[in-house]
Amino acid sequence: MDLPHQGFRATKQRARAAPSAGDAVLFDDTSSAAPGMNSQGFYTPAYNMAGPSNDMQGAPGVNNLFADPMASAAMMYGSSLANQGKDMVNKEINRFMSVNKLKYFFAVDTRYVLKKLMILMFPYTHQDWEVRYHRDTPLTPRQDVNAPDLYIPRNSAMFSPEVLGLCASTALVWIIIEVLVMLLSLYLLTVHSDLSTFDLIAYSGYKYVGMIFTVLCGLMFGSDGYYVALAWSSCALMFFIVRSLKMKILPSISSDSMGMGSNSKPQLRLYITVATAVFQPIIIYWLTSHLVR
Amino acid sequence: MAFTLYSLIQAALLCINAVAVLHEERFLSKIGWGVDQSVGGFGDEPGIKVQLMNLIRSVRTVMRGACYFLLCTFSHFRQKMAKKKNYVTFYQFFYVFNLGLCHI
Repeated sequence: MDLPHQGFRATKQRARAAPSAGDAVLFDDTSSAAPGMNSQGFYTPAYNMAGPSNDMQGAPGVNNLFADPMASAAMMYGSSLANQGKDMVNKEINRFMSVNKLKYFFAVDTRYVLKKLMILMFPYTHQDWEVRYHRDTPLTPRQDVNAPDLYIPRNSAMFSPEVLGLCASTALVWIIIEVLVMLLSLYLLTVHSDLSTFDLIAYSGYKYVGMIFTVLCGLMFGSDGYYVALAWSSCALMFFIVRSLKMKILPSISSDSMGMGSNSKPQLRLYITVATAVFQPIIIYWLTSHLVR
Repeated sequence: MAFTLYSLIQAALLCINAVAVLHEERFLSKIGWGVDQSVGGFGDEPGIKVQLMNLIRSVRTVMRGACYFLLCTFSHFRQKMAKKKNYVTFYQFFYVFNLGLCHI
C-alpha cells in the first residue's frame, strides 16, 4: 500500500498492525470513485467532507494466525497500545496543525494543477481573481482555480532544492523569514483578512515554480536564457501575487454595510502587497544566481 | 549565504531577547512608548504605534524567564559544538550572564 508523504504521517511507525486505519484518519482514498485524479502514481490526495470512516478492526484478523495464546495476547496488547499511542499523537498534532485545514490545501486534481501552473506563468489573461465561497467556507482548489494550494509549492520546493543542488535549509529559512515578516506586518496594520498562516505559506511557495523554470532555462540556454527566464517569471509572479493578495488585503470596493475591512490607511496595505511582490524576484535571483554564473 | 535552521533559531532568539529587554520605566516611557500612554481610541482603530507597544509588552511578559533559560541552553550547545579553550567558554558565560542581567 503506497503511503503519502512522511510529513503528515507521524504514526507510520506504529501503524504496522492496522495500516488502513491510519490512512482513514488523515487521507481518504477516493481514487476508485474518480478515476481521473491520479496525477502521480504514489500520491492520491482526496478531501472527504463526510468524515473519515473508522475501521480499526485490522488487528483481530491477524491474530487468527497465531496458535500460541501468549503470542496472540501479546499481539492484542501491542495493538491496543499502538491504537492508544496513535490517538494521543493525533490529538497532539491536531492541537498544533489543524489537519482538516491541511486537507483543504491538498484537495487538488490534475485539471486544477495545470490551470494553476498556466496562471502562474502567464497571468495576464486571467479575468476573475476572486476566491469563490460556498456558504461562508472557501471552496477547495478542486472547484475554484483561485484558491491557494500547497501541493504545487511542496512539489516544487522538493524539486528545487534537491535536483538543482540548492541548499534546502537556506530556501526553507527564507520561506520562514518571509512568512514571519508577512504575519508581523499584517498584525501591526490590523488587517482583518482571512489569510491564515497556511495561506501565506502557499503564496510564498509559488515562487519555487518560477525558480525551477528559471534555473532550467538557465541550464539549457546559458546565462542569457537565465536572465530572460528570470525577467519573465519575475513579472508573471509579481502580477500573480499582487492580483491574488489584492482581493484579500485591500478593502474591497463592493463592501456591504459599513466596510468590514480594517480602518488603517489603504496605502499602507498597498505597500504591503507591493513589497511582497517585489520581494519574490529578489529572492529568486538570490537563491539561484550562484548556479548560473 | 548559507543559512541553517539552527542559525535562524539563534538569530530569532537574540532578536526576541532584544525586544524583551527594553525596560518599561527607564526607557520606553521616556520616549513615549510606555503602555500607560497607549490608552485611548476605543474604536476599532488601534494604529500601528499602539499595536507595537502591545506587542513589546506581550513579548516581555511571555519571554521573561524563557529567554534567559533558552539563552543558557544555546550557549551551552554552542560551547559544546565549538570545543574551544577555556577563555572562550568564559566569554560565552559572560555574554549570557550579561544578557540575563538585562532582564532585571
